[in-house]
Amino acid sequence: MTQKKFAYFPGCSLEKMAESYHLSTVEIARVMGMELKELEDWNCCGATAYFHVDELLAHTLCARNLAMAEKEGLDLVAPCSGCYKNMHACNAHLKKDHDLADHINFALEEDNLRYDGKIKVHHLIEVFSEDLKEVKAKATNPLTGLKVAPYYGCQILRPRKFEHENVEEPRYFEDLMSAIGATPVDFLLRLRCCGAALIITNRQAALSMVRNLLQNALDSGADVIATACPLCQVNLECYQEMVNTEFGTKFSVPVFYFTQLMGLSMGIPAKRLGIGTEFLSPPAAMLAACRKAAVV
Amino acid sequence: MSTTVTFSREIANLLHAAGGTPVSACMQCGTCSGTCPVGDFMDVRPQRLIRMIDAGLKDKVMATRAFWYCASCYQCTVRCPRGIDIAELMYGLKRYTIWKNQYPEDLIGPAFSETFVKTIVRTGRSYEPVLATSYFFTLGLKEMLAEAQNATMLMLKGRLPVLPARIKRLENFKRMIKRIIPIGD
Ligand code: SF4
Ligand code: SF4
Repeated sequence: MTQKKFAYFPGCSLEKMAESYHLSTVEIARVMGMELKELEDWNCCGATAYFHVDELLAHTLCARNLAMAEKEGLDLVAPCSGCYKNMHACNAHLKKDHDLADHINFALEEDNLRYDGKIKVHHLIEVFSEDLKEVKAKATNPLTGLKVAPYYGCQILRPRKFEHENVEEPRYFEDLMSAIGATPVDFLLRLRCCGAALIITNRQAALSMVRNLLQNALDSGADVIATACPLCQVNLECYQEMVNTEFGTKFSVPVFYFTQLMGLSMGIPAKRLGIGTEFLSPPAAMLAACRKAAVV
Repeated sequence: MSTTVTFSREIANLLHAAGGTPVSACMQCGTCSGTCPVGDFMDVRPQRLIRMIDAGLKDKVMATRAFWYCASCYQCTVRCPRGIDIAELMYGLKRYTIWKNQYPEDLIGPAFSETFVKTIVRTGRSYEPVLATSYFFTLGLKEMLAEAQNATMLMLKGRLPVLPARIKRLENFKRMIKRIIPIGD
Protein backbone atom coordinates (compact mmCIF):
# COMPACT_ATOMS: atom_id res chain seq x y z
CA MET A 1 0.00 0.00 0.00
CA THR A 2 1.52 3.26 -1.05
CA GLN A 3 -0.56 5.56 1.10
CA LYS A 4 -0.92 4.56 4.74
CA LYS A 5 -2.70 7.41 6.44
CA PHE A 6 -6.15 8.82 5.74
CA ALA A 7 -8.75 11.08 7.26
CA TYR A 8 -11.63 8.73 8.03
CA PHE A 9 -15.22 9.87 7.58
CA PRO A 10 -17.47 7.22 9.18
CA GLY A 11 -20.80 8.87 8.31
CA CYS A 12 -24.06 8.82 10.27
CA SER A 13 -25.07 5.21 9.55
CA LEU A 14 -21.86 3.79 10.94
CA GLU A 15 -22.51 5.28 14.34
CA LYS A 16 -25.20 2.76 15.18
CA MET A 17 -27.14 1.13 12.34
CA ALA A 18 -23.93 -0.08 10.72
CA GLU A 19 -21.63 -0.06 13.72
CA SER A 20 -20.31 -3.47 12.68
CA TYR A 21 -18.97 -1.88 9.50
CA HIS A 22 -17.12 0.70 11.58
CA LEU A 23 -15.74 -1.82 14.09
CA SER A 24 -14.50 -4.19 11.41
CA THR A 25 -12.97 -1.31 9.44
CA VAL A 26 -10.96 -0.15 12.43
CA GLU A 27 -9.80 -3.72 13.14
CA ILE A 28 -8.58 -4.54 9.65
CA ALA A 29 -6.94 -1.15 9.19
CA ARG A 30 -4.87 -1.91 12.28
CA VAL A 31 -3.78 -5.29 10.92
CA MET A 32 -2.99 -3.76 7.53
CA GLY A 33 -0.90 -1.06 9.20
CA MET A 34 -3.12 1.67 7.84
CA GLU A 35 -3.83 4.71 9.96
CA LEU A 36 -7.42 5.94 9.80
CA LYS A 37 -7.71 9.18 11.68
CA GLU A 38 -11.37 9.95 12.33
CA LEU A 39 -12.21 13.37 11.01
CA GLU A 40 -12.74 15.58 14.01
CA ASP A 41 -16.28 17.01 14.21
CA TRP A 42 -17.43 15.70 10.82
CA ASN A 43 -20.99 16.49 9.73
CA CYS A 44 -23.55 14.58 7.68
CA CYS A 45 -22.74 14.50 3.95
CA GLY A 46 -26.34 15.38 3.09
CA ALA A 47 -27.26 11.87 1.88
CA THR A 48 -29.59 11.96 -1.10
CA ALA A 49 -32.27 13.90 0.71
CA TYR A 50 -30.32 17.11 0.99
CA PHE A 51 -29.72 17.24 -2.74
CA HIS A 52 -33.48 17.02 -3.19
CA VAL A 53 -33.90 20.32 -1.42
CA ASP A 54 -30.91 22.57 -1.95
CA GLU A 55 -27.87 21.76 -4.04
CA LEU A 56 -25.64 24.61 -2.91
CA LEU A 57 -26.18 23.87 0.75
CA ALA A 58 -25.64 20.18 0.14
CA HIS A 59 -22.26 20.93 -1.42
CA THR A 60 -21.41 23.21 1.50
CA LEU A 61 -22.00 20.36 3.93
CA CYS A 62 -19.64 18.12 1.96
CA ALA A 63 -17.11 20.91 1.61
CA ARG A 64 -16.87 21.38 5.37
CA ASN A 65 -15.67 17.78 5.67
CA LEU A 66 -13.25 18.18 2.77
CA ALA A 67 -11.83 21.33 4.36
CA MET A 68 -11.25 19.59 7.68
CA ALA A 69 -9.40 16.75 5.96
CA GLU A 70 -7.32 19.21 3.96
CA LYS A 71 -6.40 20.99 7.18
CA GLU A 72 -4.97 17.67 8.41
CA GLY A 73 -3.15 17.27 5.12
CA LEU A 74 -4.87 13.95 4.48
CA ASP A 75 -6.97 12.37 1.75
CA LEU A 76 -10.47 11.45 2.83
CA VAL A 77 -11.80 7.92 2.94
CA ALA A 78 -15.50 7.05 3.33
CA PRO A 79 -16.97 3.58 3.90
CA CYS A 80 -20.52 4.50 2.83
CA SER A 81 -21.13 4.66 -0.91
CA GLY A 82 -23.56 7.55 -0.57
CA CYS A 83 -21.15 9.66 1.50
CA TYR A 84 -18.37 8.72 -0.87
CA LYS A 85 -20.29 9.76 -3.97
CA ASN A 86 -21.43 13.05 -2.50
CA MET A 87 -18.00 14.12 -1.34
CA HIS A 88 -16.22 12.81 -4.40
CA ALA A 89 -18.59 14.72 -6.68
CA CYS A 90 -18.44 17.85 -4.54
CA ASN A 91 -14.65 17.70 -4.65
CA ALA A 92 -14.70 17.53 -8.45
CA HIS A 93 -17.09 20.49 -8.70
CA LEU A 94 -15.08 22.64 -6.32
CA LYS A 95 -11.86 21.95 -8.18
CA LYS A 96 -13.37 22.94 -11.48
CA ASP A 97 -15.74 25.76 -10.55
CA HIS A 98 -13.98 28.60 -8.78
CA ASP A 99 -17.09 30.70 -8.34
CA LEU A 100 -18.73 27.85 -6.52
CA ALA A 101 -15.61 27.37 -4.41
CA ASP A 102 -15.53 31.07 -3.51
CA HIS A 103 -19.14 31.08 -2.51
CA ILE A 104 -18.72 28.01 -0.33
CA ASN A 105 -15.48 29.26 1.18
CA PHE A 106 -17.32 32.40 2.21
CA ALA A 107 -19.68 30.20 4.24
CA LEU A 108 -16.87 28.01 5.60
CA GLU A 109 -15.24 31.11 7.13
CA GLU A 110 -17.85 30.92 9.85
CA ASP A 111 -16.19 27.73 11.04
CA ASN A 112 -12.68 29.05 10.42
CA LEU A 113 -12.25 26.68 7.50
CA ARG A 114 -11.33 26.97 3.87
CA TYR A 115 -11.00 24.44 1.08
CA ASP A 116 -8.42 24.75 -1.68
CA GLY A 117 -9.08 21.54 -3.57
CA LYS A 118 -5.89 19.80 -2.49
CA ILE A 119 -7.16 16.39 -1.40
CA LYS A 120 -8.68 13.28 -2.93
CA VAL A 121 -11.70 11.30 -1.80
CA HIS A 122 -11.62 7.49 -1.78
CA HIS A 123 -14.07 4.76 -1.02
CA LEU A 124 -12.85 2.39 1.68
CA ILE A 125 -12.94 -0.64 -0.58
CA GLU A 126 -10.67 1.08 -3.07
CA VAL A 127 -7.89 1.64 -0.57
CA PHE A 128 -8.00 -1.96 0.61
CA SER A 129 -8.13 -3.27 -2.95
CA GLU A 130 -5.04 -1.38 -3.90
CA ASP A 131 -2.68 -3.81 -2.27
CA LEU A 132 -3.99 -7.32 -2.75
CA LYS A 133 -0.62 -8.85 -2.00
CA GLU A 134 -0.68 -7.37 1.46
CA VAL A 135 -4.28 -8.50 2.00
CA LYS A 136 -3.32 -12.01 0.97
CA ALA A 137 -0.34 -12.04 3.28
CA LYS A 138 -2.50 -11.02 6.25
CA ALA A 139 -5.26 -13.52 5.48
CA THR A 140 -3.89 -16.24 7.72
CA ASN A 141 -7.38 -17.67 8.33
CA PRO A 142 -8.61 -17.82 4.72
CA LEU A 143 -12.35 -18.21 4.10
CA THR A 144 -11.96 -21.41 2.13
CA GLY A 145 -15.15 -22.73 0.62
CA LEU A 146 -17.17 -19.56 1.23
CA LYS A 147 -19.10 -18.56 -1.87
CA VAL A 148 -19.52 -14.81 -1.90
CA ALA A 149 -21.70 -12.63 -4.11
CA PRO A 150 -19.73 -9.37 -4.32
CA TYR A 151 -22.33 -6.65 -4.41
CA TYR A 152 -21.04 -3.34 -5.74
CA GLY A 153 -24.35 -1.51 -5.92
CA CYS A 154 -24.32 1.93 -7.47
CA GLN A 155 -22.48 4.81 -6.03
CA ILE A 156 -19.02 3.35 -5.49
CA LEU A 157 -18.80 3.28 -9.27
CA ARG A 158 -21.30 5.66 -10.71
CA PRO A 159 -21.47 8.34 -11.89
CA ARG A 160 -17.72 8.41 -11.57
CA LYS A 161 -15.70 6.65 -14.22
CA PHE A 162 -12.72 4.94 -12.70
CA GLU A 163 -9.43 6.05 -14.08
CA HIS A 164 -8.18 2.49 -14.09
CA GLU A 165 -11.37 0.52 -14.32
CA ASN A 166 -14.51 0.36 -16.38
CA VAL A 167 -17.67 1.31 -14.49
CA GLU A 168 -19.50 -1.47 -16.30
CA GLU A 169 -16.99 -4.27 -15.73
CA PRO A 170 -15.24 -3.81 -12.40
CA ARG A 171 -13.32 -6.72 -10.90
CA TYR A 172 -11.75 -5.38 -7.73
CA PHE A 173 -14.43 -6.67 -5.36
CA GLU A 174 -14.07 -10.19 -6.78
CA ASP A 175 -10.29 -9.94 -6.55
CA LEU A 176 -10.47 -8.80 -2.97
CA MET A 177 -12.69 -11.75 -2.07
CA SER A 178 -10.30 -14.15 -3.80
CA ALA A 179 -7.41 -12.63 -1.88
CA ILE A 180 -9.01 -13.62 1.44
CA GLY A 181 -9.52 -17.19 0.24
CA ALA A 182 -13.24 -16.96 -0.53
CA THR A 183 -14.78 -17.85 -3.88
CA PRO A 184 -16.52 -14.95 -5.64
CA VAL A 185 -19.52 -16.20 -7.62
CA ASP A 186 -20.69 -14.86 -10.93
CA PHE A 187 -23.29 -12.41 -9.61
CA LEU A 188 -25.02 -10.97 -12.63
CA LEU A 189 -26.87 -8.16 -10.85
CA ARG A 190 -23.85 -7.03 -8.83
CA LEU A 191 -24.10 -3.46 -10.20
CA ARG A 192 -27.87 -3.20 -9.96
CA CYS A 193 -29.43 -0.77 -7.47
CA CYS A 194 -30.72 -1.99 -4.05
CA GLY A 195 -33.52 0.57 -4.08
CA ALA A 196 -31.66 2.91 -1.71
CA ALA A 197 -34.00 5.41 -0.03
CA LEU A 198 -36.95 4.08 -2.03
CA ILE A 199 -37.27 1.55 0.79
CA ILE A 200 -38.96 4.45 2.55
CA THR A 201 -40.31 6.61 -0.23
CA ASN A 202 -41.55 3.86 -2.57
CA ARG A 203 -41.52 0.59 -0.69
CA GLN A 204 -43.18 -1.45 -3.44
CA ALA A 205 -40.43 -0.61 -5.90
CA ALA A 206 -37.61 -1.14 -3.41
CA LEU A 207 -38.87 -4.51 -2.17
CA SER A 208 -39.13 -5.76 -5.71
CA MET A 209 -35.58 -4.59 -6.45
CA VAL A 210 -34.31 -6.34 -3.32
CA ARG A 211 -36.15 -9.50 -4.30
CA ASN A 212 -34.48 -9.56 -7.71
CA LEU A 213 -31.06 -9.18 -6.14
CA LEU A 214 -31.62 -11.90 -3.55
CA GLN A 215 -32.96 -14.29 -6.17
CA ASN A 216 -30.01 -13.64 -8.44
CA ALA A 217 -27.52 -14.11 -5.59
CA LEU A 218 -29.12 -17.45 -4.75
CA ASP A 219 -29.18 -18.53 -8.39
CA SER A 220 -25.51 -17.76 -8.64
CA GLY A 221 -24.83 -20.16 -5.78
CA ALA A 222 -23.78 -17.65 -3.14
CA ASP A 223 -23.73 -18.46 0.59
CA VAL A 224 -23.48 -14.82 1.49
CA ILE A 225 -23.71 -11.36 -0.07
CA ALA A 226 -20.85 -8.97 0.66
CA THR A 227 -21.59 -5.24 0.59
CA ALA A 228 -19.60 -2.03 0.81
CA CYS A 229 -22.44 0.28 1.83
CA PRO A 230 -24.67 0.50 4.92
CA LEU A 231 -27.77 1.34 2.91
CA CYS A 232 -27.32 -1.74 0.70
CA GLN A 233 -26.72 -3.88 3.78
CA VAL A 234 -29.88 -2.71 5.54
CA ASN A 235 -32.07 -2.98 2.46
CA LEU A 236 -30.86 -6.45 1.56
CA GLU A 237 -30.84 -7.88 5.07
CA CYS A 238 -33.26 -6.07 7.32
CA TYR A 239 -36.01 -5.89 4.70
CA GLN A 240 -35.64 -9.50 3.61
CA GLU A 241 -38.50 -10.63 5.83
CA MET A 242 -40.75 -7.98 4.30
CA VAL A 243 -39.80 -9.25 0.85
CA ASN A 244 -40.81 -12.73 1.96
CA THR A 245 -44.16 -11.51 3.26
CA GLU A 246 -44.78 -9.44 0.16
CA PHE A 247 -43.88 -12.02 -2.46
CA GLY A 248 -44.37 -15.31 -0.60
CA THR A 249 -40.69 -16.14 -0.98
CA LYS A 250 -38.51 -17.88 1.59
CA PHE A 251 -35.24 -16.00 1.34
CA SER A 252 -32.71 -16.26 4.11
CA VAL A 253 -29.54 -14.87 2.56
CA PRO A 254 -26.94 -13.51 4.99
CA VAL A 255 -25.48 -10.10 4.12
CA PHE A 256 -22.15 -8.96 5.58
CA TYR A 257 -19.76 -6.08 5.05
CA PHE A 258 -16.64 -6.92 3.07
CA THR A 259 -14.64 -5.65 6.05
CA GLN A 260 -16.20 -8.28 8.30
CA LEU A 261 -15.15 -11.00 5.87
CA MET A 262 -11.66 -9.53 5.59
CA GLY A 263 -11.41 -9.35 9.38
CA LEU A 264 -12.37 -12.99 9.78
CA SER A 265 -9.75 -13.99 7.24
CA MET A 266 -7.20 -12.14 9.34
CA GLY A 267 -8.13 -14.18 12.38
CA ILE A 268 -9.85 -11.35 14.25
CA PRO A 269 -12.47 -12.71 16.69
CA ALA A 270 -16.04 -12.37 15.37
CA LYS A 271 -17.27 -10.20 18.21
CA ARG A 272 -14.72 -7.50 17.49
CA LEU A 273 -15.99 -7.40 13.90
CA GLY A 274 -19.55 -6.78 15.02
CA ILE A 275 -20.60 -10.28 13.94
CA GLY A 276 -23.66 -11.13 16.04
CA THR A 277 -25.60 -7.93 15.32
CA GLU A 278 -26.97 -9.25 12.01
CA PHE A 279 -30.55 -10.42 11.48
CA LEU A 280 -29.50 -13.52 9.51
CA SER A 281 -26.78 -15.80 10.86
CA PRO A 282 -23.53 -16.45 9.01
CA PRO A 283 -23.34 -19.49 6.71
CA ALA A 284 -21.39 -22.64 7.70
CA ALA A 285 -18.10 -21.72 6.02
CA MET A 286 -18.10 -18.39 7.86
CA LEU A 287 -18.92 -20.02 11.18
CA ALA A 288 -15.98 -22.36 10.72
CA ALA A 289 -13.74 -19.34 10.18
CA CYS A 290 -15.26 -17.68 13.28
CA ARG A 291 -14.35 -20.71 15.41
CA LYS A 292 -10.81 -20.70 14.12
CA ALA A 293 -10.49 -16.94 14.58
CA ALA A 294 -11.49 -17.30 18.22
CA VAL A 295 -8.52 -19.55 18.94
CA VAL A 296 -5.90 -17.82 16.80
CA MET B 1 -35.74 43.73 -23.38
CA SER B 2 -37.42 40.86 -21.70
CA THR B 3 -37.27 37.31 -22.87
CA THR B 4 -39.42 34.49 -21.62
CA VAL B 5 -37.51 31.66 -20.12
CA THR B 6 -38.84 28.41 -21.44
CA PHE B 7 -39.53 25.52 -19.10
CA SER B 8 -36.75 23.34 -20.53
CA ARG B 9 -34.36 26.26 -20.13
CA GLU B 10 -35.50 26.73 -16.55
CA ILE B 11 -34.78 23.09 -15.82
CA ALA B 12 -31.41 23.28 -17.54
CA ASN B 13 -30.53 26.26 -15.35
CA LEU B 14 -31.22 24.25 -12.24
CA LEU B 15 -28.50 21.84 -13.08
CA HIS B 16 -25.21 22.98 -11.85
CA ALA B 17 -23.95 19.44 -11.77
CA ALA B 18 -25.08 18.40 -15.21
CA GLY B 19 -22.32 20.56 -16.57
CA GLY B 20 -24.20 21.73 -19.56
CA THR B 21 -25.55 18.96 -21.77
CA PRO B 22 -29.13 20.16 -22.26
CA VAL B 23 -32.08 17.84 -22.69
CA SER B 24 -32.41 19.05 -26.26
CA ALA B 25 -29.35 16.90 -27.06
CA CYS B 26 -31.45 13.80 -26.41
CA MET B 27 -31.85 11.56 -29.46
CA GLN B 28 -34.65 9.51 -27.90
CA CYS B 29 -32.66 6.28 -28.10
CA GLY B 30 -34.37 4.85 -25.01
CA THR B 31 -31.22 3.62 -23.30
CA CYS B 32 -32.12 5.42 -20.08
CA SER B 33 -35.59 3.90 -19.89
CA GLY B 34 -34.29 0.46 -20.78
CA THR B 35 -31.61 0.53 -18.12
CA CYS B 36 -33.59 2.09 -15.28
CA PRO B 37 -34.23 -0.40 -12.44
CA VAL B 38 -37.26 1.56 -11.26
CA GLY B 39 -38.78 2.02 -14.72
CA ASP B 40 -41.63 -0.42 -14.10
CA PHE B 41 -42.79 1.67 -11.17
CA MET B 42 -42.63 5.06 -12.85
CA ASP B 43 -45.68 6.68 -14.37
CA VAL B 44 -43.45 8.13 -17.07
CA ARG B 45 -40.09 6.57 -17.94
CA PRO B 46 -36.95 8.74 -18.23
CA GLN B 47 -36.85 8.85 -22.04
CA ARG B 48 -40.40 10.18 -22.25
CA LEU B 49 -39.94 12.51 -19.33
CA ILE B 50 -37.03 14.11 -21.14
CA ARG B 51 -39.13 14.47 -24.26
CA MET B 52 -41.83 16.17 -22.20
CA ILE B 53 -39.37 18.64 -20.68
CA ASP B 54 -37.92 19.41 -24.07
CA ALA B 55 -41.40 20.02 -25.42
CA GLY B 56 -42.10 22.41 -22.54
CA LEU B 57 -45.00 20.41 -21.14
CA LYS B 58 -44.58 21.95 -17.72
CA ASP B 59 -47.92 21.02 -16.16
CA LYS B 60 -47.59 17.43 -17.21
CA VAL B 61 -44.04 17.21 -15.88
CA MET B 62 -45.03 18.77 -12.58
CA ALA B 63 -47.79 16.22 -12.11
CA THR B 64 -45.40 13.32 -12.73
CA ARG B 65 -44.17 11.10 -9.92
CA ALA B 66 -41.35 9.46 -11.86
CA PHE B 67 -38.49 11.63 -10.66
CA TRP B 68 -39.53 11.16 -7.03
CA TYR B 69 -39.13 7.44 -7.66
CA CYS B 70 -35.61 7.80 -9.02
CA ALA B 71 -33.17 5.96 -6.76
CA SER B 72 -30.13 7.97 -7.95
CA CYS B 73 -28.38 4.86 -9.19
CA TYR B 74 -26.75 6.77 -12.09
CA GLN B 75 -27.12 3.81 -14.45
CA CYS B 76 -28.82 6.04 -17.03
CA THR B 77 -26.21 8.77 -16.62
CA VAL B 78 -23.24 6.54 -17.38
CA ARG B 79 -24.99 4.96 -20.36
CA CYS B 80 -26.56 7.93 -22.13
CA PRO B 81 -24.79 8.21 -25.50
CA ARG B 82 -25.36 11.96 -25.50
CA GLY B 83 -23.82 12.57 -22.10
CA ILE B 84 -26.99 13.85 -20.49
CA ASP B 85 -26.77 13.55 -16.72
CA ILE B 86 -30.25 12.15 -16.28
CA ALA B 87 -29.84 11.26 -12.61
CA GLU B 88 -28.89 14.85 -11.78
CA LEU B 89 -31.80 16.01 -13.88
CA MET B 90 -34.09 13.95 -11.62
CA TYR B 91 -32.57 15.69 -8.59
CA GLY B 92 -33.14 19.04 -10.29
CA LEU B 93 -36.79 18.21 -10.86
CA LYS B 94 -37.24 17.20 -7.23
CA ARG B 95 -35.78 20.51 -6.12
CA TYR B 96 -37.90 22.41 -8.62
CA THR B 97 -41.16 20.88 -7.39
CA ILE B 98 -40.22 21.44 -3.73
CA TRP B 99 -39.30 25.00 -4.52
CA LYS B 100 -42.61 25.56 -6.29
CA ASN B 101 -44.38 23.55 -3.61
CA GLN B 102 -46.15 21.55 -6.30
CA TYR B 103 -46.12 17.80 -6.13
CA PRO B 104 -48.69 15.03 -5.77
CA GLU B 105 -49.71 15.11 -2.12
CA ASP B 106 -49.46 11.42 -1.38
CA LEU B 107 -45.74 11.26 -2.17
CA ILE B 108 -43.54 10.36 0.80
CA GLY B 109 -40.31 11.64 -0.77
CA PRO B 110 -40.76 15.41 -0.27
CA ALA B 111 -41.74 15.20 3.41
CA PHE B 112 -38.98 12.71 4.07
CA SER B 113 -36.37 14.92 2.45
CA GLU B 114 -37.53 18.01 4.29
CA THR B 115 -37.49 16.26 7.66
CA PHE B 116 -34.00 15.07 6.88
CA VAL B 117 -32.82 18.55 6.05
CA LYS B 118 -34.32 20.00 9.23
CA THR B 119 -32.56 17.37 11.32
CA ILE B 120 -29.19 18.14 9.78
CA VAL B 121 -29.59 21.89 10.01
CA ARG B 122 -30.32 21.51 13.73
CA THR B 123 -27.65 18.98 14.69
CA GLY B 124 -25.20 18.45 11.83
CA ARG B 125 -25.98 14.73 11.86
CA SER B 126 -28.87 12.58 10.76
CA TYR B 127 -30.96 10.59 13.23
CA GLU B 128 -33.05 7.63 12.11
CA PRO B 129 -35.88 7.74 14.71
CA VAL B 130 -36.81 11.31 13.79
CA LEU B 131 -36.77 10.46 10.10
CA ALA B 132 -39.17 7.61 10.74
CA THR B 133 -41.84 10.05 11.94
CA SER B 134 -41.98 11.60 8.49
CA TYR B 135 -43.35 8.46 6.90
CA PHE B 136 -44.49 6.08 9.63
CA PHE B 137 -48.05 7.38 9.74
CA THR B 138 -48.45 7.27 6.00
CA LEU B 139 -48.08 3.50 6.10
CA GLY B 140 -50.96 1.05 6.10
CA LEU B 141 -51.55 -1.02 9.23
CA LYS B 142 -49.81 -4.10 7.87
CA GLU B 143 -46.74 -2.12 6.84
CA MET B 144 -46.73 -0.25 10.13
CA LEU B 145 -46.53 -3.52 12.02
CA ALA B 146 -43.75 -4.81 9.79
CA GLU B 147 -41.87 -1.55 10.27
CA ALA B 148 -42.29 -1.69 14.05
CA GLN B 149 -41.06 -5.28 14.02
CA ASN B 150 -37.98 -4.23 12.10
CA ALA B 151 -37.30 -1.37 14.52
CA THR B 152 -37.62 -3.74 17.49
CA MET B 153 -35.20 -6.15 15.90
CA LEU B 154 -32.70 -3.36 15.23
CA MET B 155 -33.05 -2.21 18.82
CA LEU B 156 -32.47 -5.71 20.19
CA LYS B 157 -29.36 -5.97 18.06
CA GLY B 158 -28.17 -2.62 19.39
CA ARG B 159 -28.44 -1.00 15.98
CA LEU B 160 -30.71 1.95 16.80
CA PRO B 161 -29.34 5.14 18.33
CA VAL B 162 -31.02 6.14 21.57
CA LEU B 163 -29.98 9.77 21.48
CA PRO B 164 -29.48 12.00 18.45
CA ALA B 165 -25.84 12.77 17.73
CA ARG B 166 -24.73 16.33 17.19
CA ILE B 167 -21.55 17.96 16.04
CA LYS B 168 -19.43 19.98 18.46
CA ARG B 169 -19.09 23.30 16.67
CA LEU B 170 -22.80 23.54 16.07
CA GLU B 171 -23.02 27.32 16.42
CA ASN B 172 -20.39 27.87 13.74
CA PHE B 173 -22.13 25.28 11.61
CA LYS B 174 -25.46 27.09 11.84
CA ARG B 175 -23.86 30.40 10.95
CA MET B 176 -22.19 28.71 8.00
CA ILE B 177 -25.57 27.54 6.76
CA LYS B 178 -27.02 31.02 7.14
CA ARG B 179 -24.41 32.36 4.80
CA ILE B 180 -25.83 30.09 2.11
CA ILE B 181 -29.52 30.41 2.84
CA PRO B 182 -30.92 32.73 5.47
CA ILE B 183 -33.09 30.47 7.61
CA GLY B 184 -35.13 31.23 10.70
CA ASP B 185 -34.01 29.88 14.09
S1 SF4 C 1 -30.21 7.66 -23.02
FE1 SF4 C 1 -29.81 9.85 -23.36
S2 SF4 C 1 -30.13 10.16 -25.55
FE2 SF4 C 1 -31.04 8.16 -25.04
S3 SF4 C 1 -33.22 8.64 -24.63
FE3 SF4 C 1 -32.15 8.72 -22.67
S4 SF4 C 1 -31.55 10.87 -22.42
FE4 SF4 C 1 -32.09 10.58 -24.57
S1 SF4 D 1 -30.66 7.29 -11.79
FE1 SF4 D 1 -32.87 7.24 -11.53
S2 SF4 D 1 -33.70 7.46 -13.59
FE2 SF4 D 1 -31.56 6.90 -13.83
S3 SF4 D 1 -31.57 4.68 -14.04
FE3 SF4 D 1 -31.27 5.11 -11.85
S4 SF4 D 1 -33.32 5.13 -10.94
FE4 SF4 D 1 -33.58 5.27 -13.19
